[in-house]
Parts: sequence; structure tokens; C-alpha cells
Amino acid sequence: MSREHILHRIRTAIGRSAGQPPGVAPPVRIRVPSDDATLSVAARVSARVSTMLARVEALAGKTYSAATPDDARAFIAAAIAGKTAVASNAPFLAECGISNLPGVRTGIADREQLRECCSTVDIGITSADYALADTGTLVMLSSPREARLISLLPPAHIAVVPRERILSGLDELFSILPKAAELTSSMVLITGPSRTADIEQILVRGVHGPGEITVVAVG
Amino acid sequence: MSAVFDKKIHQTLADANLQLAIYTATGRLKDKRTESVAADALPDYQELRTQANALKKHAIENLDYYLEEFERNVEAHGGKVVYCKDSTEVSDFVLGLAKERGVSLIVKSKSMTSEEVDLNERLEHHGLEAVETDLGEYILQLGRERPYHIVAPALHKTRFDVAAIFEKELHVAYETVPEKLSQIARGVLRQKFLDAGIGITGANFLVADSGAVVLVENEGNARLTTTAPRIHIAIAGIEKVIPRAQDLAVFLKLLARSATGQALSVYTSFLSGPRRASEIDGPDEFYVVLLDNGRTKLLPSRAKRQSLYCIRCAACLNTCPVYRKIGGHSFPWVYSGPIGAIITPQFMGVSYEPALPFASSLCGACAEVCPVKIDIPQVLLDLRSDVKKAETREKKNRLEKLSYRMFAWMMTHPRVYAWAGWIARHGPVLNIGPVRAWTSQRDLPPIPRQSFRDIWSRR
Repeated sequence: MSREHILHRIRTAIGRSAGQPPGVAPPVRIRVPSDDATLSVAARVSARVSTMLARVEALAGKTYSAATPDDARAFIAAAIAGKTAVASNAPFLAECGISNLPGVRTGIADREQLRECCSTVDIGITSADYALADTGTLVMLSSPREARLISLLPPAHIAVVPRERILSGLDELFSILPKAAELTSSMVLITGPSRTADIEQILVRGVHGPGEITVVAVG
Repeated sequence: MSAVFDKKIHQTLADANLQLAIYTATGRLKDKRTESVAADALPDYQELRTQANALKKHAIENLDYYLEEFERNVEAHGGKVVYCKDSTEVSDFVLGLAKERGVSLIVKSKSMTSEEVDLNERLEHHGLEAVETDLGEYILQLGRERPYHIVAPALHKTRFDVAAIFEKELHVAYETVPEKLSQIARGVLRQKFLDAGIGITGANFLVADSGAVVLVENEGNARLTTTAPRIHIAIAGIEKVIPRAQDLAVFLKLLARSATGQALSVYTSFLSGPRRASEIDGPDEFYVVLLDNGRTKLLPSRAKRQSLYCIRCAACLNTCPVYRKIGGHSFPWVYSGPIGAIITPQFMGVSYEPALPFASSLCGACAEVCPVKIDIPQVLLDLRSDVKKAETREKKNRLEKLSYRMFAWMMTHPRVYAWAGWIARHGPVLNIGPVRAWTSQRDLPPIPRQSFRDIWSRR
């Protein structure tokens, strides 16, 4: 078997023996920036929200800051008017009343049905498990609540995120979630719309994934 | 220098359009990188580089441990790890699985590792359809070319080239607007994603403590490749393993910035195992191929094994004054630029293209921009020394073999022997270059005025 062959070659080359514990690894380097202590909690959260939304806009995404769930619902209703959409099973979307908007399909638990539906609708609506303010990133963990394809197959993606799930950045994500693999088979970080610059370095959006992304921060 | 290498370099230099394309594309990528790692954009850039280097060094020095840890965790999540020595083992594995599962269409997302083992050709040879889905790679696959650049594979193609390729291969109308070309590719490839039975990707990182494969991309084709088909196979070099998921906080900040100047690429996927019981979508089977293909040959030398730290960001290509003139296809193997110049001789042997480590001015720009701090100029020097040693050894062998053959011929032909003896006694043999060089360091017993055979015959 090549397994033994390769491991043996490695060990011989680097001077280790089977089962030998590893040397001391460099300590983990996680630097979570501390928020401005002079600000109130609410002000800190709003600072994150505005950084997040500004970053998404810089990536050519659309944004909306909704004061209440109803506000979010009204925004989404206007955004999907005349179009078809599929919503994930995220409880937060139901709480906002987005899942039962006219023209929205939701509650799909079967893979084939989901694939069929996502291939035909105009918009995929999801929540997000976290968001990263300093890069304008959505963090999506695959689960019965969030399928992978909803943020991938339709040409447009709308993510509705409660403000308190907006983290400062990658470091905070990895300090909260040191091993996402224990929770899910797939965690994806989404930073802006799908893009390519493979032809003459000219930026084109929406080559395989959604070309339009909208982030709605709620609360 | 081999004639092919020489010819390709001169062809590239003589092609003004190509020169402009390389210069503009690499220049743009280079500037974006510079902006994104500047002190105001990323204040702890140098610290991150130092940490990335330390992590890679540690991972390589304990490689067997982390591979086994990775394997255990992949299996704990229901995936399977397959170790492969070389390209034959990889294609045998993929072919075997495809046959067992009755799969005839495979989608692939961009992977330098699969280029290295010529996977597409091997699969096609056995009647499987393997489709590249990264836009640049797709263009090249249709045009039957190798990637020109690690990150921007179709950098040398103009929109007109692409229009002509699509027209010819996809039978669509001639179309030169990049948005429209992308839409054509999106349409064709979307159907392939939905029909394919297997999705093959590479891996940017393998995370030992999570059993996760990390994929970084902008288009979404890697996400589709790993989500739509029922089987996902990731093919990764053994050097891709890093100890902890938390270490990605370091690597992810460096990779996209060094490659394209983005803070993060559009999609970063952490995939571990097939979909879990309650999850709605995702593959049913998950395999990770751990590929050696020459990598273990780099491990014994402490100085040279740093070549395995590479995270394939291509920053060294964009900054290299040599790459920016001679381009990607001049390089003899799939990896081009400074990183190609150090890994090609080590994977393929120094005689594969002996001139390669010399095709550098040793300006050091590559080492300056390398996010994991590989000392490329130092490795180039070490390789130059290897090339010279091999050449000397070979030359010496040739000369030695030749002289023994001549000696044998002389000793088996009495007349030649007599004649040679006469020359030695009467001719200026000691003044001939090589003989003089030899005798300058050694004493030769004085040649007798008369040979034994002369004395014997006159007896």
C-alpha cells in the first residue's frame, strides 16, 4: 500500500519514527481587536454594522439596515416583487415573516427538490450564522436550516442577518469557532458577488455563483 | 540550455502582443498586492508572514504526524483518505471509483496538482469526460493549452482568442464582450455541474485538527463542484497540511492579498466529510487523495524542503522580472515563475531542464513578496550547485569511460601499443593539455629511452 510507503519515506527523510509525538507547534495567533471601550454596547454594534455594510458596498453588493424585522420584511418584499425566490429554513427568516412572503418557496428538505427549485428561481434568500465586518463576509454553515445551494445557484443572493451576529473579523470567528468541522460538513465564507477576471483581467460578476448579493442587517 | 527552452523564450520575447499581455496582467496583480499588504491596509503583515513561515516549517518537520491526524479526522467525519505515490495511482483511483459508481462525467475546479499528474488526459483516454469549470481553465481546456500562470491561467489570451475558441468548440456566435463570454461559459457549465457524478478539486489547505479541505476561489465553481455531484474527490499534495483550523486566521489573510489583492477571496470553503445526516445538500461521498508525486524527494535537505511551504499565490511570478518577460509557457513544467524554477528541478530532477535555476538574476524580489518567506534565491543557488555537480559527474564519467575504452583497444592491439610507446618516448605527449593538467599535480616516472619490447627484439 502506498500509505505505508509514503509515510515511511517521509519519516526517513525528516528523521522521525512512527507514533512519535510532534514538536512544539508555534502558538496560535488570534488577535481579536478590542472594541472602543468608550462606546456603549449599542454604539459598538452599530459601528460593526456600518463597517460591514460599507465593505459589502465596496464589493459591489447592495445593503440595507433594517430597524425591525418588519422593516426587513418590507424591504425584501419590495426587492423580490415580480420575481421568484427560495428561502432557506433559517428560523430567523420565519421570525421576520420573510418565509411566507408571496412568491417565496421555503421548507425544502429534499435534495432533489432543492436543486430543481434553486436552478429555476431568480433569488435565493438565506440568513447567515455570522458575518465578518472588516471584510464584508457572510459565514454560512450547512445545516437543516441552511442548505448550500440557496446561496449558490440562483443569480441573486439576499442574506438577512441579525446585527448581533456580526463579528469583527476572521480572528473573532476562529476564536468563537475553533473547529467548525465538528458542527457541519461545510462552512463557507462569502465575500461579495461571484467574480472572475480571467479574460484580459476585466472584472465580470456572476460567472458561476450569484452576480448580485444583498446584505440586510436587522435590529 | 535545452533548445526547446531557448526557442520558447525567444518566441515569447518576439511576440509584442504577448509581451504587453504579460506585462499588464502581472503589473496589475502586483500593484493590487502591494496596496493590500501596505502598512495602512494590513499593519501586521510582516508578523503574519513570520508566523506563516513558522507554521509551515513546523508542519513539514512533523509531516507524518499531521497527515495521520488529518486522516483520522477525515475518517471520523465519514470521509476517506487515499495515499497516492504518483500520477498512475491517482488516475487508477479516480477511474476505479468512476467505473464502480457508473460515472462518465466529471467536473473539475482549478487545481495545479491535477495539472501536475495530467489527470484530464488520462481520464479522457479511458473514455471519461472531465470538464474544467474555472473560466480561465475552461478556455484553456477548449484550446488544449496548459495554464500560463498559477492564479490567472488564461492570462495570455485576449477576448478575441476566447471568442474564436468558443465559436469553434462550442458552436456559438462570435462574441468578444467578456460579460457575454462568461455568460456563455456559465450556461454550458451549469448543466455540466448538474449532470456530473464526480466533482474533483484541489486543496489550498488540509486542516489536521478538523479533517477539513479548504478551498479558496472567486467564481463559485469550486463550491458547485463540491456541492452538486454526489461524490467529491479532493486531490492535494501532502505538503498542504496545516496543524489547526485557527491557523487559517494567518494564512487566509495572506493568501488572497498576495494573489489578487483581495482581503478575502469571494468564496472560502471548509469541507469535512460528506453531508451529515440532517443536512439537506452536499456530496454523499468524500475522498481526499494525498499525493506524493516527488514531494518526499524534497524532504531530506533542510535547506531545500522550504520549497514545500508554497501556498501557490503566484506573487513571485507577478514580481519576477524574468517571468514578466519570458512568460509562463517558456517554463518546462506546469509550475512557472520563481516557484516553478525551484520546484521543477526538485520534482523532475535537475537534468529535466538544467538551465532553469540559472534563468534568474537573483534579484530577490520573489523572496521579498513570498507570504510564507521561502528564500527562493538561496534555493536557486543550491540548485545551481546541484546542476553543476551533476554535470561534472557526467562529464568526468564520459571522459573516464572513453579513456578506458581507448586503453583497452591499445592493449589488445600490439601494433597500436608499440606505436603509442614510440610516441610517448619521442613525441611531446606531456605537453598535451589534459596530460599536462594531470601531471601538473602528479609525478610520472620518467619514460625509459628504450622499451622492454625493443630490448627483447634486439636480443
